[in-house]
Amino acid sequence: MTPGTIAIIVLILAAIGYVLGRRRALQAAKREGVKLHSLPGYYGESVALFTAVPALFLMAAWLFLQPIVIESSISAKIPDSVVPEGGAKSLVMVDVRRISDGLGLILAQGDVSESELVDMRADLTNVRSRLAEVGVALGSDVAPAVFEAAKSYREFDSIASSVRNVAVIVVALAFAFWAWSRITPKMRARNITETFIKALLMGSSLVAILTTVGIVASLLFESLQFFQLYPASEFYFSTVWNPQFRGGSDFGFLPLLWGTLYVSFVALLVAVPIGLMIAIYLAEYSGRALRSFAKPAIEVLAGIPTIVYGLFALITVGPFLRDWIAQPLGLGTSSASVMTAGLVMGIMLIPFISSLSDDIINAVPQAMRDGSYGLGATQSETIKQVILPAALPGIVGAFLLAASRAIGETMIVVMGAGAAARLDLNPFEAMTTVTVKIVSQLTGDTEFASPETLVAFALGLTLFVFTLGLNVLALYIVRKYREQYE
Amino acid sequence: MSEAATEKAVDAAIEESAIKMRGTDVSVFYGEKQALFDVNLDVRKNSVTALIGPSGCGKSTFLRCLNRMNDTIDICRVNGEVTLDGENIYAPMIDVVELRARVGMVFQKPNPFPKSIYENIVYGPRIHGQVSTRAEMDEVVERSLIKAGLFNEVKDRLQEPGTGLSGGQQQRLCIARAIAVSPEVILMDEPCSALDPIATAKVEELIDELRVNYTIVIVTHSMQQAARVSQRTAMFHLGYLVEEGDTDKMFTNPDNKLTQDYITGRFG
Repeated sequence: MTPGTIAIIVLILAAIGYVLGRRRALQAAKREGVKLHSLPGYYGESVALFTAVPALFLMAAWLFLQPIVIESSISAKIPDSVVPEGGAKSLVMVDVRRISDGLGLILAQGDVSESELVDMRADLTNVRSRLAEVGVALGSDVAPAVFEAAKSYREFDSIASSVRNVAVIVVALAFAFWAWSRITPKMRARNITETFIKALLMGSSLVAILTTVGIVASLLFESLQFFQLYPASEFYFSTVWNPQFRGGSDFGFLPLLWGTLYVSFVALLVAVPIGLMIAIYLAEYSGRALRSFAKPAIEVLAGIPTIVYGLFALITVGPFLRDWIAQPLGLGTSSASVMTAGLVMGIMLIPFISSLSDDIINAVPQAMRDGSYGLGATQSETIKQVILPAALPGIVGAFLLAASRAIGETMIVVMGAGAAARLDLNPFEAMTTVTVKIVSQLTGDTEFASPETLVAFALGLTLFVFTLGLNVLALYIVRKYREQYE
Repeated sequence: MSEAATEKAVDAAIEESAIKMRGTDVSVFYGEKQALFDVNLDVRKNSVTALIGPSGCGKSTFLRCLNRMNDTIDICRVNGEVTLDGENIYAPMIDVVELRARVGMVFQKPNPFPKSIYENIVYGPRIHGQVSTRAEMDEVVERSLIKAGLFNEVKDRLQEPGTGLSGGQQQRLCIARAIAVSPEVILMDEPCSALDPIATAKVEELIDELRVNYTIVIVTHSMQQAARVSQRTAMFHLGYLVEEGDTDKMFTNPDNKLTQDYITGRFG
């Protein structure tokens, strides 16, 4: 049975538990002639929660731990002799997993029985072609030791899964019975439900926080490894970015930082004025009908996947800028340029700025407008001298959020600005950003041990610190602004 | 013409010249809903006119007609005629900016701009081009604050934000801000409803002093306040003007039963 089926069984048990728990509470109350402490539904709920939550929790933990345990025990069995020269054991383990999956598929087809499979030997049968028939393509012939490992992997895995299924059901039933049997009219079922729900909600937020911590920790760990192989001072202050996959690379951060800031600058130069003017128009001038149409229409821009913006940059904006501006002015012949990526990213950011600013301008109290109009100010005087200054901190917050979005953007830059790390002032030259280089350093079949790949983590960490700083600044400004009218 | 008739005509002329603003058959609609029905009301020069009546009776709506603040509400439509010194302020060639410079307004809740006290006051004069040099601005700030009775309290912190003042001080700052553009009429929409009794007393005292130079129309929910500060009182109910007259008479011997009930607290 798959985990999905088990989960459904557990949920069905929980539903049954709900009905039984509710009934038991009602009957007990009737028998003893007392009033229930809580609504009958809460008794059912307490049984249902005790049935489902511990069982599902156990299953999640098991699903997480099982592969780790199996992998480590199997990988201990693989002799070093089958590990190819210059490869890693982890790559052999990938093969083991794929073969064991393939064996499962062969079994499912039904022309090989379980016992035949146990007897199957890699040196007697052509395992590779058999596996290819069921769609598992292997790079080389299967070594007998690897095949045996795969067989025991499969066996181990299926036993562990069965044990898991039984354990989950048993836990569900045990908790269900316990929760059901302790129901009395005096039991504070409502409080139990409340506590459970509180714990559940807290657990969810914990997941998000722990994930963040995990991401930062892994970035930090790998970055430290990088800085042991490559001096930090050179990374942050060198102006040459020239990775060589044979070693002896230069990892100067500055050209990437420059590219990132340049592209973001152009993007914000486009997005901020247009976005702000849209926001002012929508908040102050447009009628209700127009606003109810225009605001969602502009926000559609925010829903376009960035890869689509990238395509737009690649095939429309880039060639247009090259043919009509860069070449006539003699500024360059590349269609990939800072300008291309910046313009398109700017368009992407417009809804960010306009939507956030619109909300902020709307949050300026009507009393401010009345006060200004009452003194005989015109609408634009009111906006310029009263509303914008009052909304400015919030708008700065929106601006910084958009900036951190721009700095983290990858797809548009890859397709719009190219991949050449360069320190240049000419906006019609191809340049590249930190995020693009992270992608390009990690694509390809390499292990995370050389500075060439580890540099990606150092880049990622630096970028993370950068955008985190911007976000914190934005939050601080927005919070400060909020205090003003309260 | 007989002597009596002449005298009557002269009286009428004097009376006419004493009228600063006049509403004739003013009706106001918010969308389909009519909020004000054919109101005819005069506002006399250099006096305080109080508009009283239960909530939703149209008194604030009428007040907002007097400087066309209703224009800022999309669905609002005004019929009838409102004159300022005999000139219809709803006529097409009237410039709203200029009108509001002549008819200033103070709101229910103190609403100083989130700027310094100084900037709050020079805001109006600057947009109307009444001041340009630093000396002129200093002068208008000092003069307005003195008139609003706030100068001594804030003279050392003119550059601090106006939002940092107490509620009563903020409201007097708003009055100072309105005075700064040298209006002829000041409209006040329940200016004391957000203030404590001490701050209220100060604002009332101020209103009484301002009457010498300005014409004031005040909307209030407080009978005592209307009795204390106003010379003329107009009673509104359900969008109709019920009665208007000298405050003394209105509060001692009103013609209308409704007015009497309202003033004595029997309804509203």
